[in-house]
Amino acid sequence: MSQAIQVEGLRKNFGGTVALDGVELAVEEGIVFGLLGPNGAGKTTMVRILATLIRPDSGRALVSGHNVVEDAPAVRRAIGLTGQYAALDEALTAEENLILIGRLHRQSAREAKTHAWELLATVGLEDAARRPVRTYSGGMRRRADLAASVAGRPKVLFLDEPTTGLDPASRLALWELVRRMVNDGTTVLLTSQYMEEVDRLASRIAVLDHGRVIAGGTPADLKAKAGGHYIAVKVTPESSAAAVAALAPIARGEVRIEVDEVVAPVDGGDSVIDAVRRLEAAGVDIDELALRRPTLDEVFLRLTAREPVLEVVA
Amino acid sequence: MTTLFDVYLMAGRNVRKALRTPQFILVEVLIQPVIFVLLFAFVFGGAIHVPGVSYIDFLLPGVLVQTATFGGLNTAIALTEDLRNGLMDRFWSLPMSRFSVVAGRIVADTLFSAAGVGVMVAVGMLIGFRFHGTVPQALGAIALAIATAFAFAWVAALLAVVFKTPEAVQGIGFVALFPMVFASSTFVPVGTMPSWLQVIAGHSPVTAVANAVRALSLGTSAGIEPVAAVVWLAVLSAVSGLASAAIYRGMAR
Repeated sequence: MSQAIQVEGLRKNFGGTVALDGVELAVEEGIVFGLLGPNGAGKTTMVRILATLIRPDSGRALVSGHNVVEDAPAVRRAIGLTGQYAALDEALTAEENLILIGRLHRQSAREAKTHAWELLATVGLEDAARRPVRTYSGGMRRRADLAASVAGRPKVLFLDEPTTGLDPASRLALWELVRRMVNDGTTVLLTSQYMEEVDRLASRIAVLDHGRVIAGGTPADLKAKAGGHYIAVKVTPESSAAAVAALAPIARGEVRIEVDEVVAPVDGGDSVIDAVRRLEAAGVDIDELALRRPTLDEVFLRLTAREPVLEVVA
Repeated sequence: MTTLFDVYLMAGRNVRKALRTPQFILVEVLIQPVIFVLLFAFVFGGAIHVPGVSYIDFLLPGVLVQTATFGGLNTAIALTEDLRNGLMDRFWSLPMSRFSVVAGRIVADTLFSAAGVGVMVAVGMLIGFRFHGTVPQALGAIALAIATAFAFAWVAALLAVVFKTPEAVQGIGFVALFPMVFASSTFVPVGTMPSWLQVIAGHSPVTAVANAVRALSLGTSAGIEPVAAVVWLAVLSAVSGLASAAIYRGMAR
Protein backbone atom coordinates (compact mmCIF):
# COMPACT_ATOMS: atom_id res chain seq x y z
CA MET A 1 0.00 0.00 0.00
CA SER A 2 1.53 3.33 -0.92
CA GLN A 3 1.70 6.19 1.52
CA ALA A 4 -0.40 9.32 1.22
CA ILE A 5 1.64 11.07 3.88
CA GLN A 6 5.12 10.28 5.04
CA VAL A 7 6.86 12.28 7.72
CA GLU A 8 10.38 11.75 9.03
CA GLY A 9 12.07 13.59 11.86
CA LEU A 10 9.98 16.71 11.41
CA ARG A 11 10.98 19.64 13.62
CA LYS A 12 9.67 23.14 13.93
CA ASN A 13 10.43 25.87 16.46
CA PHE A 14 8.65 29.16 16.86
CA GLY A 15 11.12 31.45 18.57
CA GLY A 16 12.14 29.46 21.62
CA THR A 17 9.06 27.24 21.61
CA VAL A 18 9.36 23.74 20.24
CA ALA A 19 6.21 22.97 18.27
CA LEU A 20 7.35 19.75 16.61
CA ASP A 21 10.12 17.71 18.11
CA GLY A 22 10.97 15.02 15.59
CA VAL A 23 7.63 13.70 14.37
CA GLU A 24 7.48 10.39 12.50
CA LEU A 25 4.28 9.50 10.73
CA ALA A 26 3.06 7.35 7.87
CA VAL A 27 -0.48 7.46 6.55
CA GLU A 28 -1.75 4.90 4.08
CA GLU A 29 -3.75 5.96 1.07
CA GLY A 30 -7.51 5.94 1.28
CA ILE A 31 -8.04 5.99 5.03
CA VAL A 32 -9.09 8.47 7.68
CA PHE A 33 -6.14 9.09 9.93
CA GLY A 34 -6.78 10.74 13.27
CA LEU A 35 -4.16 12.99 14.77
CA LEU A 36 -5.08 13.41 18.40
CA GLY A 37 -3.58 15.75 20.89
CA PRO A 38 -4.29 18.35 23.53
CA ASN A 39 -4.09 22.05 22.79
CA GLY A 40 -0.57 23.07 21.92
CA ALA A 41 0.52 19.52 21.06
CA GLY A 42 1.61 20.60 17.58
CA LYS A 43 -1.36 19.36 15.53
CA THR A 44 -1.96 22.60 13.70
CA THR A 45 1.75 23.15 13.06
CA MET A 46 1.87 19.67 11.58
CA VAL A 47 -1.07 20.36 9.27
CA ARG A 48 0.32 23.74 8.22
CA ILE A 49 3.62 22.17 7.25
CA LEU A 50 1.91 19.39 5.30
CA ALA A 51 -0.30 21.97 3.57
CA THR A 52 2.83 23.97 2.54
CA LEU A 53 1.81 27.01 4.58
CA ILE A 54 4.94 26.94 6.71
CA ARG A 55 8.29 25.26 6.31
CA PRO A 56 9.77 22.75 8.71
CA ASP A 57 13.13 23.58 10.33
CA SER A 58 14.37 20.09 9.58
CA GLY A 59 13.11 16.67 8.65
CA ARG A 60 11.20 15.55 5.61
CA ALA A 61 7.54 15.39 4.71
CA LEU A 62 5.98 13.88 1.60
CA VAL A 63 2.35 14.36 0.68
CA SER A 64 1.04 12.23 -2.16
CA GLY A 65 4.67 11.46 -2.95
CA HIS A 66 5.78 15.09 -3.21
CA ASN A 67 8.14 16.91 -0.89
CA VAL A 68 6.33 19.75 0.87
CA VAL A 69 9.35 22.05 0.65
CA GLU A 70 10.98 21.24 -2.68
CA ASP A 71 7.86 20.42 -4.61
CA ALA A 72 5.22 22.56 -2.91
CA PRO A 73 3.24 23.30 -6.11
CA ALA A 74 2.72 19.56 -6.72
CA VAL A 75 1.61 19.13 -3.10
CA ARG A 76 -0.86 22.00 -3.48
CA ARG A 77 -2.39 20.35 -6.52
CA ALA A 78 -3.06 17.25 -4.42
CA ILE A 79 -4.45 18.67 -1.19
CA GLY A 80 -7.44 20.35 0.38
CA LEU A 81 -7.44 22.15 3.72
CA THR A 82 -10.02 23.10 6.29
CA GLY A 83 -8.60 25.03 9.20
CA GLN A 84 -10.17 25.98 12.47
CA TYR A 85 -11.73 29.11 11.02
CA ALA A 86 -13.82 29.32 7.92
CA ALA A 87 -11.57 30.52 5.11
CA LEU A 88 -14.05 31.90 2.65
CA ASP A 89 -14.53 35.14 0.84
CA GLU A 90 -17.38 36.62 2.85
CA ALA A 91 -18.54 38.94 0.11
CA LEU A 92 -18.90 36.13 -2.40
CA THR A 93 -21.60 33.47 -2.42
CA ALA A 94 -20.81 29.87 -1.53
CA GLU A 95 -21.25 28.98 -5.18
CA GLU A 96 -18.74 31.62 -6.25
CA ASN A 97 -16.26 30.56 -3.58
CA LEU A 98 -16.38 26.95 -4.73
CA ILE A 99 -16.18 27.79 -8.41
CA LEU A 100 -13.20 30.08 -7.81
CA ILE A 101 -11.33 27.28 -6.07
CA GLY A 102 -12.24 24.76 -8.76
CA ARG A 103 -11.02 27.19 -11.42
CA LEU A 104 -7.77 27.80 -9.55
CA HIS A 105 -7.38 24.02 -9.69
CA ARG A 106 -7.68 24.33 -13.45
CA GLN A 107 -11.15 22.85 -13.78
CA SER A 108 -13.11 24.13 -16.74
CA ALA A 109 -15.83 26.67 -15.97
CA ARG A 110 -18.53 24.09 -16.53
CA GLU A 111 -16.81 21.37 -14.51
CA ALA A 112 -16.19 23.75 -11.60
CA LYS A 113 -19.84 24.75 -11.57
CA THR A 114 -21.22 21.21 -11.74
CA HIS A 115 -18.89 20.06 -9.01
CA ALA A 116 -19.71 23.09 -6.85
CA TRP A 117 -23.40 22.24 -6.93
CA GLU A 118 -22.74 18.57 -6.12
CA LEU A 119 -20.81 19.65 -3.06
CA LEU A 120 -23.38 22.24 -2.03
CA ALA A 121 -26.01 19.51 -2.13
CA THR A 122 -23.84 17.21 -0.02
CA VAL A 123 -23.41 19.80 2.71
CA GLY A 124 -27.03 20.95 2.45
CA LEU A 125 -26.39 24.47 1.24
CA GLU A 126 -28.26 24.44 -2.06
CA ASP A 127 -30.83 26.97 -0.86
CA ALA A 128 -28.23 29.40 0.46
CA ALA A 129 -25.72 28.87 -2.35
CA ARG A 130 -26.41 32.22 -4.01
CA ARG A 131 -26.29 34.33 -0.89
CA PRO A 132 -23.08 36.03 0.24
CA VAL A 133 -21.29 33.94 2.84
CA ARG A 134 -21.41 36.84 5.29
CA THR A 135 -25.14 36.18 5.74
CA TYR A 136 -24.50 32.57 6.88
CA SER A 137 -24.75 31.16 10.38
CA GLY A 138 -21.61 29.70 11.95
CA GLY A 139 -22.59 26.16 11.08
CA MET A 140 -23.41 27.02 7.45
CA ARG A 141 -20.10 28.78 7.14
CA ARG A 142 -18.18 25.74 8.33
CA ARG A 143 -20.09 23.50 5.96
CA ALA A 144 -19.36 25.85 3.08
CA ASP A 145 -15.73 25.91 4.15
CA LEU A 146 -15.60 22.15 4.17
CA ALA A 147 -17.09 22.01 0.69
CA ALA A 148 -14.47 24.57 -0.39
CA SER A 149 -11.70 22.33 0.91
CA VAL A 150 -12.75 19.54 -1.43
CA ALA A 151 -13.69 21.71 -4.41
CA GLY A 152 -10.30 20.96 -5.98
CA ARG A 153 -10.90 17.19 -5.75
CA PRO A 154 -7.98 16.63 -3.37
CA LYS A 155 -6.22 13.30 -3.01
CA VAL A 156 -5.29 14.22 0.53
CA LEU A 157 -7.62 16.26 2.70
CA PHE A 158 -6.52 17.98 5.89
CA LEU A 159 -9.19 18.72 8.44
CA ASP A 160 -7.79 20.69 11.35
CA GLU A 161 -10.26 20.41 14.22
CA PRO A 162 -13.12 20.74 11.77
CA THR A 163 -15.94 20.30 14.26
CA THR A 164 -14.75 22.82 16.85
CA GLY A 165 -17.79 24.92 17.65
CA LEU A 166 -20.00 23.06 15.21
CA ASP A 167 -23.65 22.35 15.91
CA PRO A 168 -24.69 18.66 15.93
CA ALA A 169 -26.39 18.78 12.52
CA SER A 170 -23.34 20.32 10.88
CA ARG A 171 -21.11 17.81 12.63
CA LEU A 172 -23.12 14.95 11.14
CA ALA A 173 -22.97 16.56 7.69
CA LEU A 174 -19.21 16.83 8.07
CA TRP A 175 -18.84 13.20 9.06
CA GLU A 176 -21.00 12.20 6.12
CA LEU A 177 -18.85 14.18 3.71
CA VAL A 178 -15.67 12.68 5.14
CA ARG A 179 -17.04 9.17 4.63
CA ARG A 180 -18.01 10.01 1.10
CA MET A 181 -14.58 11.42 0.33
CA VAL A 182 -12.89 8.29 1.67
CA ASN A 183 -15.18 6.08 -0.39
CA ASP A 184 -13.98 7.99 -3.43
CA GLY A 185 -10.38 7.20 -2.49
CA THR A 186 -9.37 10.39 -0.70
CA THR A 187 -7.03 10.16 2.27
CA VAL A 188 -8.14 12.27 5.20
CA LEU A 189 -5.93 13.56 7.98
CA LEU A 190 -8.16 14.70 10.79
CA THR A 191 -6.92 16.48 13.87
CA SER A 192 -9.12 16.58 16.89
CA GLN A 193 -9.34 16.90 20.60
CA TYR A 194 -12.56 14.92 20.54
CA MET A 195 -11.93 11.23 20.96
CA GLU A 196 -15.46 10.39 19.96
CA GLU A 197 -14.92 11.93 16.58
CA VAL A 198 -11.68 10.13 15.91
CA ASP A 199 -13.06 6.86 17.25
CA ARG A 200 -15.98 7.16 14.89
CA LEU A 201 -14.14 8.18 11.75
CA ALA A 202 -10.51 7.14 11.88
CA SER A 203 -9.10 3.70 11.24
CA ARG A 204 -5.64 4.78 12.37
CA ILE A 205 -4.64 7.16 15.09
CA ALA A 206 -1.50 8.88 16.26
CA VAL A 207 -1.38 10.73 19.56
CA LEU A 208 0.70 13.88 19.51
CA ASP A 209 1.93 15.47 22.71
CA HIS A 210 4.59 18.14 23.17
CA GLY A 211 5.50 17.86 19.50
CA ARG A 212 6.10 14.11 19.50
CA VAL A 213 4.05 11.09 18.51
CA ILE A 214 3.63 9.22 21.78
CA ALA A 215 1.35 6.44 20.60
CA GLY A 216 -0.18 5.13 17.41
CA GLY A 217 -2.23 2.34 15.92
CA THR A 218 -5.87 1.46 15.40
CA PRO A 219 -8.42 2.74 17.91
CA ALA A 220 -8.61 -0.81 19.30
CA ASP A 221 -4.81 -0.97 19.68
CA LEU A 222 -4.82 2.21 21.66
CA LYS A 223 -7.63 1.12 23.90
CA ALA A 224 -5.83 -2.13 24.56
CA LYS A 225 -2.64 -0.23 25.32
CA ALA A 226 -4.35 1.70 28.06
CA GLY A 227 -5.52 -1.43 29.80
CA GLY A 228 -7.96 -4.20 29.02
CA HIS A 229 -11.59 -4.73 29.81
CA TYR A 230 -13.35 -3.94 33.00
CA ILE A 231 -16.63 -4.97 34.50
CA ALA A 232 -19.00 -2.35 35.84
CA VAL A 233 -21.85 -3.51 38.13
CA LYS A 234 -24.64 -1.31 39.30
CA VAL A 235 -25.72 -2.30 42.80
CA THR A 236 -27.53 -0.81 45.77
CA PRO A 237 -25.31 1.17 48.16
CA GLU A 238 -25.74 -1.46 50.93
CA SER A 239 -24.43 -4.31 48.80
CA SER A 240 -21.51 -2.48 47.21
CA ALA A 241 -19.03 -3.67 49.84
CA ALA A 242 -20.13 -7.28 49.26
CA ALA A 243 -19.77 -6.82 45.51
CA VAL A 244 -16.21 -5.49 45.92
CA ALA A 245 -15.30 -8.50 48.00
CA ALA A 246 -16.92 -10.90 45.51
CA LEU A 247 -15.08 -9.45 42.51
CA ALA A 248 -11.66 -9.03 44.15
CA PRO A 249 -10.44 -12.60 43.41
CA ILE A 250 -10.97 -12.26 39.65
CA ALA A 251 -9.86 -8.64 39.29
CA ARG A 252 -6.52 -7.78 37.68
CA GLY A 253 -6.18 -4.76 39.89
CA GLU A 254 -7.96 -2.75 42.53
CA VAL A 255 -11.76 -2.95 42.58
CA ARG A 256 -13.22 0.52 43.03
CA ILE A 257 -16.57 1.98 43.87
CA GLU A 258 -17.47 4.78 41.44
CA VAL A 259 -20.70 6.57 42.34
CA ASP A 260 -23.31 3.79 42.05
CA GLU A 261 -21.05 1.33 40.23
CA VAL A 262 -18.49 -1.19 41.29
CA VAL A 263 -15.72 -1.28 38.72
CA ALA A 264 -13.28 -4.17 38.39
CA PRO A 265 -10.51 -4.48 35.80
CA VAL A 266 -10.59 -7.98 34.29
CA ASP A 267 -8.70 -10.04 31.71
CA GLY A 268 -11.34 -10.58 29.05
CA GLY A 269 -14.89 -11.39 28.10
CA ASP A 270 -14.86 -14.83 29.76
CA SER A 271 -14.69 -13.28 33.20
CA VAL A 272 -18.26 -11.98 32.89
CA ILE A 273 -19.81 -15.36 33.65
CA ASP A 274 -17.42 -15.86 36.52
CA ALA A 275 -18.29 -12.45 37.91
CA VAL A 276 -22.03 -13.09 37.72
CA ARG A 277 -21.63 -16.41 39.58
CA ARG A 278 -19.55 -14.86 42.31
CA LEU A 279 -21.94 -11.93 42.77
CA GLU A 280 -24.87 -14.33 42.93
CA ALA A 281 -23.09 -16.49 45.49
CA ALA A 282 -22.42 -13.41 47.61
CA GLY A 283 -26.13 -12.55 47.46
CA VAL A 284 -25.63 -9.25 45.61
CA ASP A 285 -28.62 -7.96 43.63
CA ILE A 286 -27.37 -6.97 40.19
CA ASP A 287 -29.16 -3.97 38.79
CA GLU A 288 -27.01 -3.68 35.68
CA LEU A 289 -23.79 -5.32 34.59
CA ALA A 290 -21.55 -4.34 31.71
CA LEU A 291 -18.26 -5.37 30.21
CA ARG A 292 -16.46 -2.28 28.99
CA ARG A 293 -13.32 -1.21 27.25
CA PRO A 294 -11.69 2.04 28.17
CA THR A 295 -12.90 4.96 26.10
CA LEU A 296 -10.36 6.77 23.97
CA ASP A 297 -10.74 9.66 26.37
CA GLU A 298 -9.32 7.53 29.12
CA VAL A 299 -6.58 6.29 26.82
CA PHE A 300 -5.76 9.79 25.83
CA LEU A 301 -5.59 11.13 29.35
CA ARG A 302 -3.46 8.22 30.41
CA LEU A 303 -1.06 8.64 27.48
CA THR A 304 -0.67 12.36 27.85
CA ALA A 305 -0.53 11.97 31.63
CA ARG A 306 -2.83 14.82 32.29
CA GLU A 307 -5.35 15.13 35.04
CA PRO A 308 -8.88 14.65 33.77
CA VAL A 309 -10.48 18.03 33.40
CA LEU A 310 -14.17 18.63 33.74
CA GLU A 311 -15.23 20.00 30.44
CA VAL A 312 -18.53 20.85 28.89
CA VAL A 313 -18.55 19.42 25.42
CA ALA A 314 -21.35 20.69 23.24
CA MET B 1 0.34 32.00 -18.91
CA THR B 2 -1.01 30.12 -15.94
CA THR B 3 -0.06 33.03 -13.73
CA LEU B 4 -2.01 35.38 -15.96
CA PHE B 5 -5.03 33.12 -15.66
CA ASP B 6 -4.77 33.21 -11.86
CA VAL B 7 -4.53 37.00 -11.99
CA TYR B 8 -7.63 37.06 -14.17
CA LEU B 9 -9.51 34.85 -11.69
CA MET B 10 -8.44 36.94 -8.71
CA ALA B 11 -9.25 40.19 -10.49
CA GLY B 12 -12.66 38.73 -11.30
CA ARG B 13 -13.16 37.93 -7.63
CA ASN B 14 -12.42 41.51 -6.65
CA VAL B 15 -14.64 43.01 -9.33
CA ARG B 16 -17.51 40.76 -8.24
CA LYS B 17 -17.03 41.73 -4.63
CA ALA B 18 -16.99 45.42 -5.45
CA LEU B 19 -20.09 45.19 -7.62
CA ARG B 20 -21.81 43.53 -4.67
CA THR B 21 -20.92 46.52 -2.50
CA PRO B 22 -22.75 49.35 -4.25
CA GLN B 23 -21.52 51.87 -1.67
CA PHE B 24 -17.98 51.19 -2.84
CA ILE B 25 -18.77 51.72 -6.50
CA LEU B 26 -20.87 54.75 -5.73
CA VAL B 27 -18.24 56.46 -3.58
CA GLU B 28 -15.04 55.44 -5.35
CA VAL B 29 -16.13 55.57 -8.94
CA LEU B 30 -18.87 58.19 -8.91
CA ILE B 31 -19.20 60.51 -5.94
CA GLN B 32 -15.56 61.03 -5.02
CA PRO B 33 -14.36 61.82 -8.55
CA VAL B 34 -17.28 64.19 -9.10
CA ILE B 35 -16.65 65.95 -5.80
CA PHE B 36 -12.96 66.35 -6.49
CA VAL B 37 -13.53 67.86 -9.91
CA LEU B 38 -16.25 70.24 -8.72
CA LEU B 39 -14.50 71.24 -5.50
CA PHE B 40 -11.17 72.05 -7.06
CA ALA B 41 -12.75 73.71 -10.08
CA PHE B 42 -15.03 76.01 -8.09
CA VAL B 43 -12.89 76.57 -4.97
CA PHE B 44 -9.57 77.20 -6.67
CA GLY B 45 -10.99 78.23 -10.02
CA GLY B 46 -11.80 81.78 -8.95
CA ALA B 47 -8.46 82.43 -7.28
CA ILE B 48 -5.99 80.73 -9.54
CA HIS B 49 -5.23 82.07 -12.96
CA VAL B 50 -2.87 80.15 -15.10
CA PRO B 51 -1.68 82.32 -17.97
CA GLY B 52 -2.73 81.26 -21.42
CA VAL B 53 -5.15 78.52 -20.41
CA SER B 54 -8.54 78.27 -18.73
CA TYR B 55 -8.18 76.88 -15.21
CA ILE B 56 -10.48 73.90 -15.79
CA ASP B 57 -8.30 72.83 -18.72
CA PHE B 58 -5.26 73.16 -16.47
CA LEU B 59 -6.94 71.58 -13.47
CA LEU B 60 -8.65 68.48 -14.81
CA PRO B 61 -5.48 66.62 -15.80
CA GLY B 62 -4.17 67.40 -12.31
CA VAL B 63 -7.29 66.04 -10.63
CA LEU B 64 -7.04 62.90 -12.76
CA VAL B 65 -3.49 62.33 -11.56
CA GLN B 66 -4.30 63.22 -7.95
CA THR B 67 -7.23 60.76 -7.84
CA ALA B 68 -5.14 58.07 -9.49
CA THR B 69 -2.39 58.56 -6.91
CA PHE B 70 -4.64 58.44 -3.85
CA GLY B 71 -6.64 55.60 -5.35
CA GLY B 72 -3.73 53.33 -4.54
CA LEU B 73 -4.59 53.64 -0.87
CA ASN B 74 -7.79 51.67 -1.46
CA THR B 75 -5.69 48.93 -2.95
CA ALA B 76 -3.35 48.96 0.02
CA ILE B 77 -6.11 48.87 2.61
CA ALA B 78 -8.00 46.10 0.84
CA LEU B 79 -4.80 44.10 0.54
CA THR B 80 -3.96 44.35 4.23
CA GLU B 81 -7.47 43.14 4.99
CA ASP B 82 -7.04 40.25 2.60
CA LEU B 83 -3.69 39.36 4.10
CA ARG B 84 -4.87 39.07 7.66
CA ASN B 85 -7.94 37.11 6.71
CA GLY B 86 -8.04 33.34 7.22
CA LEU B 87 -8.73 33.18 3.51
CA MET B 88 -5.01 33.48 2.78
CA ASP B 89 -4.41 30.03 4.26
CA ARG B 90 -6.78 28.65 1.71
CA PHE B 91 -5.30 30.58 -1.21
CA TRP B 92 -1.76 29.70 -0.20
CA SER B 93 -2.59 26.02 -0.06
CA LEU B 94 -4.01 26.14 -3.59
CA PRO B 95 -2.01 25.46 -6.74
CA MET B 96 -2.14 29.10 -7.79
CA SER B 97 0.44 31.78 -8.31
CA ARG B 98 0.56 33.26 -4.83
CA PHE B 99 1.32 36.74 -6.08
CA SER B 100 -1.87 36.73 -8.15
CA VAL B 101 -3.69 37.71 -4.94
CA VAL B 102 -1.87 41.06 -5.11
CA ALA B 103 -1.80 41.39 -8.88
CA GLY B 104 -5.49 40.52 -9.19
CA ARG B 105 -6.34 43.23 -6.69
CA ILE B 106 -4.32 45.78 -8.64
CA VAL B 107 -5.89 44.85 -11.95
CA ALA B 108 -9.39 45.16 -10.46
CA ASP B 109 -8.62 48.49 -8.80
CA THR B 110 -7.12 49.82 -12.02
CA LEU B 111 -10.39 48.99 -13.76
CA PHE B 112 -12.30 50.99 -11.16
CA SER B 113 -9.84 53.85 -11.50
CA ALA B 114 -10.39 53.80 -15.25
CA ALA B 115 -14.13 54.13 -14.66
CA GLY B 116 -13.41 57.02 -12.28
CA VAL B 117 -11.28 58.73 -14.93
CA GLY B 118 -14.19 58.44 -17.35
CA VAL B 119 -16.54 60.01 -14.82
CA MET B 120 -14.15 62.88 -14.12
CA VAL B 121 -13.61 63.67 -17.77
CA ALA B 122 -17.37 63.66 -18.31
CA VAL B 123 -18.04 65.96 -15.35
CA GLY B 124 -15.16 68.18 -16.43
CA MET B 125 -16.65 68.53 -19.86
CA LEU B 126 -19.97 69.58 -18.34
CA ILE B 127 -18.23 72.52 -16.68
CA GLY B 128 -16.10 73.56 -19.59
CA PHE B 129 -13.17 71.20 -19.89
CA ARG B 130 -12.10 70.33 -23.43
CA PHE B 131 -9.35 68.28 -25.04
CA HIS B 132 -7.53 70.67 -27.33
CA GLY B 133 -5.26 68.23 -29.13
CA THR B 134 -5.80 65.36 -31.52
CA VAL B 135 -7.87 62.29 -30.72
CA PRO B 136 -4.76 60.14 -30.17
CA GLN B 137 -3.46 62.81 -27.77
CA ALA B 138 -6.73 62.79 -25.83
CA LEU B 139 -6.70 59.01 -25.66
CA GLY B 140 -3.07 59.16 -24.59
CA ALA B 141 -3.96 61.53 -21.76
CA ILE B 142 -6.64 59.16 -20.54
CA ALA B 143 -4.39 56.13 -20.88
CA LEU B 144 -1.64 57.87 -18.96
CA ALA B 145 -4.02 58.75 -16.12
CA ILE B 146 -5.06 55.10 -15.89
CA ALA B 147 -1.44 53.99 -16.02
CA THR B 148 -0.77 56.33 -13.09
CA ALA B 149 -3.45 54.55 -11.07
CA PHE B 150 -1.86 51.22 -11.96
CA ALA B 151 1.63 52.35 -10.96
CA PHE B 152 0.57 53.89 -7.66
CA ALA B 153 -1.43 50.77 -6.87
CA TRP B 154 1.88 48.90 -6.98
CA VAL B 155 3.46 51.47 -4.69
CA ALA B 156 0.51 50.98 -2.36
CA ALA B 157 0.87 47.20 -2.53
CA LEU B 158 4.43 47.66 -1.32
CA LEU B 159 3.15 49.77 1.60
CA ALA B 160 0.61 47.04 2.33
CA VAL B 161 3.10 44.18 2.57
CA VAL B 162 5.58 46.30 4.55
CA PHE B 163 3.20 47.88 7.07
CA LYS B 164 0.53 45.14 7.11
CA THR B 165 -2.31 46.84 9.03
CA PRO B 166 -4.95 49.03 7.38
CA GLU B 167 -4.38 51.75 10.00
CA ALA B 168 -0.64 51.94 9.41
CA VAL B 169 -1.04 51.87 5.66
CA GLN B 170 -3.64 54.61 5.70
CA GLY B 171 -1.60 56.83 8.01
CA ILE B 172 1.70 56.39 6.23
CA GLY B 173 0.07 56.53 2.83
CA PHE B 174 -1.47 59.93 3.51
CA VAL B 175 1.67 61.34 5.08
CA ALA B 176 3.72 60.23 2.10
CA LEU B 177 1.26 60.97 -0.68
CA PHE B 178 -0.18 64.31 0.43
CA PRO B 179 3.00 66.36 0.11
CA MET B 180 3.96 64.46 -3.00
CA VAL B 181 0.67 65.21 -4.73
CA PHE B 182 0.33 68.82 -3.62
CA ALA B 183 3.99 69.75 -4.07
CA SER B 184 3.70 69.10 -7.76
CA SER B 185 2.09 70.57 -10.83
CA THR B 186 -1.28 68.89 -10.17
CA PHE B 187 -3.18 72.03 -9.11
CA VAL B 188 -0.85 74.99 -9.71
CA PRO B 189 2.10 75.69 -12.01
CA VAL B 190 5.37 74.75 -10.29
CA GLY B 191 6.76 78.19 -11.27
CA THR B 192 4.53 79.88 -8.65
CA MET B 193 6.17 77.98 -5.76
CA PRO B 194 9.16 79.16 -3.69
CA SER B 195 12.36 78.16 -5.38
CA TRP B 196 13.33 75.42 -2.86
CA LEU B 197 9.95 73.77 -3.36
CA GLN B 198 10.29 74.12 -7.13
CA VAL B 199 13.34 71.89 -6.91
CA ILE B 200 11.37 69.21 -5.13
CA ALA B 201 8.19 69.58 -7.18
CA GLY B 202 10.13 69.77 -10.41
CA HIS B 203 11.62 66.33 -9.79
CA SER B 204 8.47 64.69 -8.51
CA PRO B 205 7.05 61.81 -10.54
CA VAL B 206 3.63 63.30 -9.89
CA THR B 207 4.71 66.48 -11.67
CA ALA B 208 6.11 64.48 -14.55
CA VAL B 209 2.85 62.61 -14.96
CA ALA B 210 0.60 65.64 -14.44
CA ASN B 211 2.62 67.63 -17.00
CA ALA B 212 2.35 64.84 -19.51
CA VAL B 213 -1.40 64.32 -19.08
CA ARG B 214 -1.86 68.09 -19.29
CA ALA B 215 0.32 68.49 -22.34
CA LEU B 216 -1.57 65.73 -24.13
CA SER B 217 -4.99 67.11 -23.23
CA LEU B 218 -4.01 70.68 -24.16
CA GLY B 219 -2.51 69.36 -27.35
CA THR B 220 0.82 71.07 -26.69
CA SER B 221 2.91 67.97 -26.19
CA ALA B 222 6.29 68.13 -27.81
CA GLY B 223 6.73 64.45 -27.10
CA ILE B 224 9.16 64.55 -24.22
CA GLU B 225 6.67 64.84 -21.33
CA PRO B 226 4.79 61.61 -22.07
CA VAL B 227 8.06 59.75 -22.44
CA ALA B 228 9.30 61.03 -19.08
CA ALA B 229 5.98 60.11 -17.48
CA VAL B 230 5.96 56.63 -18.93
CA VAL B 231 9.52 56.04 -17.74
CA TRP B 232 8.61 57.22 -14.25
CA LEU B 233 5.52 55.01 -14.09
CA ALA B 234 7.37 52.00 -15.44
CA VAL B 235 10.13 52.42 -12.86
CA LEU B 236 7.65 52.90 -10.01
CA SER B 237 5.61 49.84 -11.05
CA ALA B 238 8.63 47.64 -11.59
CA VAL B 239 10.49 48.57 -8.41
CA SER B 240 7.51 48.38 -6.09
CA GLY B 241 6.11 45.34 -7.90
CA LEU B 242 9.34 43.39 -7.54
CA ALA B 243 9.90 44.52 -3.97
CA SER B 244 6.37 43.69 -2.86
CA ALA B 245 6.54 40.33 -4.64
CA ALA B 246 9.74 39.49 -2.78
CA ILE B 247 8.34 40.53 0.59
CA TYR B 248 5.04 38.81 -0.09
CA ARG B 249 6.74 35.54 -0.96
CA GLY B 250 8.61 35.79 2.33
CA MET B 251 5.33 36.21 4.20
CA ALA B 252 3.77 33.25 2.51
CA ARG B 253 5.40 30.48 4.45
